[in-house]
Amino acid sequence: MKLLVVEDDRETALYLVKGLSESGYTVDRAGDGREGFFLATSGSYDAIVLDRMLPSMDGLAMLGALRAAGISTPALILSALGSVDDRVKGLRAGSDDYLVKPFAFSELLARLEALLRRGGTAAATTKLRVADLELDLLTRTVRRRDKPIEVLPREFRLLEYLMRNAGHVVTRTMLLEHVWDYHFDPQTNVIDVHVSRLRQKIDKSFDSPLLHTVRGAGYCLRAPEPSPPQ
Amino acid sequence: MIAEWLLLPARETWTVPRHLFGNAQRLLRTHAFRLAALYFVVFAASVLGVLLFVYWTSADFVERQTEATLDAEITGLAEQYAQRGLSGLVQIVAARSAGDRGDGMLYLVTDPDGRPLAGNIAAWPAGVPAHAGRLSFTTTARIKETIETHSARGASFIIPGHYRLLVGRDISDATAFRNRVKITLLWAGLVALVVGLLGGTAMSRNLLRRVEQVNRTSERVMAGNLSDRIPLNGTSDEFDQLAANLNRMLDQIERLMTAMREVTDDVAHDLRTPLSRLRVRLELALLDGAGGSGQTEAIRSAIEEADRLLATFNALLSIAELESGTRRDESEVLDLSEVARSAAELYEPVAEEKGFVLSLATAPGVRVRGSRHLLSQALANLLDNALKYADGGEIQIRVLHGEGRAALEVTDRGQGIPEAERETVFNRFVRLEPSRSTPGNGLGLSLVRAVMRRHRGTIELADNRPGLRVRLEFPEPAT
Repeated sequence: MKLLVVEDDRETALYLVKGLSESGYTVDRAGDGREGFFLATSGSYDAIVLDRMLPSMDGLAMLGALRAAGISTPALILSALGSVDDRVKGLRAGSDDYLVKPFAFSELLARLEALLRRGGTAAATTKLRVADLELDLLTRTVRRRDKPIEVLPREFRLLEYLMRNAGHVVTRTMLLEHVWDYHFDPQTNVIDVHVSRLRQKIDKSFDSPLLHTVRGAGYCLRAPEPSPPQ
Repeated sequence: MIAEWLLLPARETWTVPRHLFGNAQRLLRTHAFRLAALYFVVFAASVLGVLLFVYWTSADFVERQTEATLDAEITGLAEQYAQRGLSGLVQIVAARSAGDRGDGMLYLVTDPDGRPLAGNIAAWPAGVPAHAGRLSFTTTARIKETIETHSARGASFIIPGHYRLLVGRDISDATAFRNRVKITLLWAGLVALVVGLLGGTAMSRNLLRRVEQVNRTSERVMAGNLSDRIPLNGTSDEFDQLAANLNRMLDQIERLMTAMREVTDDVAHDLRTPLSRLRVRLELALLDGAGGSGQTEAIRSAIEEADRLLATFNALLSIAELESGTRRDESEVLDLSEVARSAAELYEPVAEEKGFVLSLATAPGVRVRGSRHLLSQALANLLDNALKYADGGEIQIRVLHGEGRAALEVTDRGQGIPEAERETVFNRFVRLEPSRSTPGNGLGLSLVRAVMRRHRGTIELADNRPGLRVRLEFPEPAT
């Protein structure tokens, strides 16, 4: 997987390149918007991580130019501008995700993974499946081990998002953004309760849990491994 | 004297002569002076025009009257002559000259030698030519039994047989009238010009004074006295309006500056504590030595502390941005019930878990213009507060129409907020709980109020008997 990081701040760029390389990505770095645009149009990247405020050409303008040039490489904007409106504006400008600086590296990784998967599995599926858990997008029903499970509409969307990102960490903020379209973090742990309710429904009466809490990061829905995990 | 007074600057009273020149130059450059000068020129020209018009119309009128009387008289005499010949003419002239008719008419008929036959003029006036035609002459005439020299307008005729006829009209009254008009108008003009000069000067001085007030206030504000305001005349004229608008602008600037200073103070006060806590933790972790079990824990808690700090910082920035009004308007017409439903749906499980009953009462067609994201955030903050400060019971979200406004209420059954504190809780970092045992940054209500201000709405805290009722009101969008 090849990534392009467009970031003018040297220290942040080094931190990003180091962290992403350690996570197994091949990373190129551009120091300003024009260089970033040039690299993005010439190389073939799986995703672009770009800063919003860049010298010579700001992130949103660069993204607009890329999209106008027909390049649809998924892009994640990193920005110090963190108000609700800023996020929404970034997303409308053609970015696929928006992360406010400073951020937890785990959050960036989780989001990048989600972004890369979205690019890959664009094929229209009507059923999602993780181990013996099955979600039918047409009939909007959930079954585990062929036993129907009653879920509320919002729980269905929550489960759908988790299943689309099965095997990967999904953060609370990601859930708020994608399932509820809330671009801020409430002070109360609203997501945790929703997730634990969902867990009650899909995991409680089964011996192998699928929905896991990842401490300090978020949640992960994954099939049980043959050997006990960790 | 007038020039000196005109050049006297409005700002100072009589100054030392040394300054007078500079002030005069300054005055000459001012717009007010140019305006006054222009005003004076236009005023003088129009006064002159009016006076000339009055003069010419009155003088001309009298002249035309004289000519018309003369013409009528001549026509009458010509008719008499045609009917009754020379003797008839002499008779009628004698008859008309006899009585003092007071109309100022003059007659004279002479024989070929110039001896008068009839008339009220003693002799053919000197210098009046013998041939026929219109003429002006002076004569001594017997009018009202006195002999006076009068100027007259008239016409002379040669009657066949070299007899001569002079018909005239005394115009000394008309001349006197004309002279009186001339003098009156001259005085009127003089008075008008003086009044114009004084008026123009007064106007320019007044104008200059008001502009100076604005300038002086601006200078004082720039010098740092932000609370200074331009005095108003109370006449609500353009200058008052300008001053009022500038004052409003200054109010806004002062409010923003105060808000900024408050933010700075708040940041200094409320972020320093967690920052030093963070520093202490990291130092302790360093003392603990590498690999120690305490170190991982210390780093983890340091990260949590940093996250909390960032959340506080972000909230502060959002409030400042909302309050400064620099944010772009991302507004659309929203169904308030939808916003409430979505928030209720998000919070319902956590409320239930904490022992609350979250209920939602919506009304159809309650619309507001605004940002869904900001309104959701405001509502979420209110729900966070209710969950934090009430101990169970019902939390109700209500959407309703209220007197032409859209309203959203969040009520709980907790302690409520004492009436005296209901204003202060909107200030940043204010938390009523002295022990500060529940987590929070004291920015929730500040943000809600900032969001409401952005939406031209209001927020009101009331007693829910028991509990707190928060009521948000919005203007309903024009459809």
